[in-house]
Amino acid sequence: MDGHSTYTPKSGIARWFESRLPIVGLVHSSFVAYPVPRNLNYFWAFGAILSFMLIIQIITGVTLAMHYTASAAQAFNSVEHIMRDVNFGWLIRYMHSNGASFFFLAVYIHIFRGMYYGSYKAPREVLWILGVIIYVLMMATAFMGYVLPWGQMSFAGATVITNLFTAIPLVGAGVAHWLWGGYAVGDPTLNRFFALHYLLPFMIVGVVILHVWALHVVGQNNPDGVEVQDVRRDTVPFTPYATIKDLFATAVFFVFYAWFVFFIPNYLLDADNFNPANPLVTPAHIVPEWYLLPFYAILRAIPDKLMGVVALAAAMALLAFLPWLDTSPVKSAKYRPLKKFFFWVFVVCCVGLGYLGSQEVSDSATLVARLLSVGYFGYLVVVLPVLGLIEKTKPLPASIADAVLPHAAPAE
Amino acid sequence: MSQAHAIEPSRRDFLYLATGAVGAVGAAAVVWPLVDQMNPDASTLALASIEVDLGPVAEGQILTVKWRGGPVFIRHRTAKEIKEAVDTPLSELKDPQTDAARAQKPEWLIVVGVCTHLGCVPLGHDGQYDGWKCPCHGSIYDTSGRIRQGPAPLNLAVPDYKFLTDTRVKIG
Repeated sequence: MDGHSTYTPKSGIARWFESRLPIVGLVHSSFVAYPVPRNLNYFWAFGAILSFMLIIQIITGVTLAMHYTASAAQAFNSVEHIMRDVNFGWLIRYMHSNGASFFFLAVYIHIFRGMYYGSYKAPREVLWILGVIIYVLMMATAFMGYVLPWGQMSFAGATVITNLFTAIPLVGAGVAHWLWGGYAVGDPTLNRFFALHYLLPFMIVGVVILHVWALHVVGQNNPDGVEVQDVRRDTVPFTPYATIKDLFATAVFFVFYAWFVFFIPNYLLDADNFNPANPLVTPAHIVPEWYLLPFYAILRAIPDKLMGVVALAAAMALLAFLPWLDTSPVKSAKYRPLKKFFFWVFVVCCVGLGYLGSQEVSDSATLVARLLSVGYFGYLVVVLPVLGLIEKTKPLPASIADAVLPHAAPAE
Repeated sequence: MSQAHAIEPSRRDFLYLATGAVGAVGAAAVVWPLVDQMNPDASTLALASIEVDLGPVAEGQILTVKWRGGPVFIRHRTAKEIKEAVDTPLSELKDPQTDAARAQKPEWLIVVGVCTHLGCVPLGHDGQYDGWKCPCHGSIYDTSGRIRQGPAPLNLAVPDYKFLTDTRVKIG
């Protein structure tokens, strides 16, 4: 996809503006004329869904921040004030808390799509790594956001995650004190988490812009993993095809989102977070939000404190190396039967780890968590590298058009 | 895309119009809560009422209390102040109002202590009528809180109040 815009301004004013700041042409070439593979399925709509969720989180977050007080003495009450006194405060709060969960649901589907279809493979390595960066920023943002209501679970979560840093030899305790602004999680911690929670989403917006830019340079991957060869045969213009498809998918997603916001808004919240934070008492059953559960399970499965933290970090960091861990020249699992099988094993490991993360620690649960962690890391560092070398793949279609059009015009 | 240009609106036109209309209603429904959340919330609107004990207010003294975020002057007027207020001809007033309309009991004048010009708090026992004078732009009020000179357009506002007993008043 070259960068030349096909946009021609129609009026004199439009020409005057376009010659000074070609932003209309940029939007036109990126979202109207932009060629999109004609075989994309609905899993490709999650980029648009994620963009909407990011905008929703920022708008609801800023309006919440108009009423929230970030001090240990007032935070819990200010959230109840939002729920009870502020006009539509209950709606904005529920949209924000459930919005975070749905943001992660969409991002996990988006990531698994990339892993299944090999969207991380050349030439999309930088695109993928930018995505991993966005994912890590999202987890940091969500973690800090969960601390803000200053309930029992907020406090416990803040304590556990910041205590991870004490595992670092020599400097661990000092780093933890620096993060806390004291000797334990407290008022200074809450204040800085609020400041950072407000900041990080705008950094996410920046990385998302790079992510979309990187995408538009190389073009979308597609379910067949065959690159676009002939723009006229293999692609359709973004508007109206992808625009309408994305809008429809977003609408369906929003129905699901609205079900949670309006009918079961507290389903994903922990009841313990309706108790104000008490630094002297830790709840019997600490659980992070569901989207962090798999990593929590990996952390608890490793018996050694430092190695548990290393495993947690590695579980996230390894994702960035996927483009090089997967040695197969074939992208899409559609043509790689063995990878397809192991991919679903990997998904089962992730979901299983997520479930175990929510359960109490027990000998049998820990054993299973260790097995599933082996499965998780095994897929990334053993299965993918080996599979590329030994797997017999199915024959690829000649082109995208040949894959999906019954009577495709022959290639010239 | 060339289609036969229909004189009547086509099905596509209808669909566009209908979708646009529903979309506009949806957009309004989304925007309204985000705008309304900035309006005063329930805790602010809960009519802030205060009860004030008038016992300690000596004759001639002006008590300032805080009500709904701003000052209210409670003035225990002397007989001289009451007479001057009652005897003022309405023709002299920029915003004509009798003293009887402004004070339920003549010896107690209760007014909102915010200058009706641009919102400063006037100073008591000041100005040639010994009422109030606003230091910002020189508006002068009499002992009934009515504007006499200066740029303020209206008399000092009289809030809703009720005497619970002879010495206890509830404002708001």
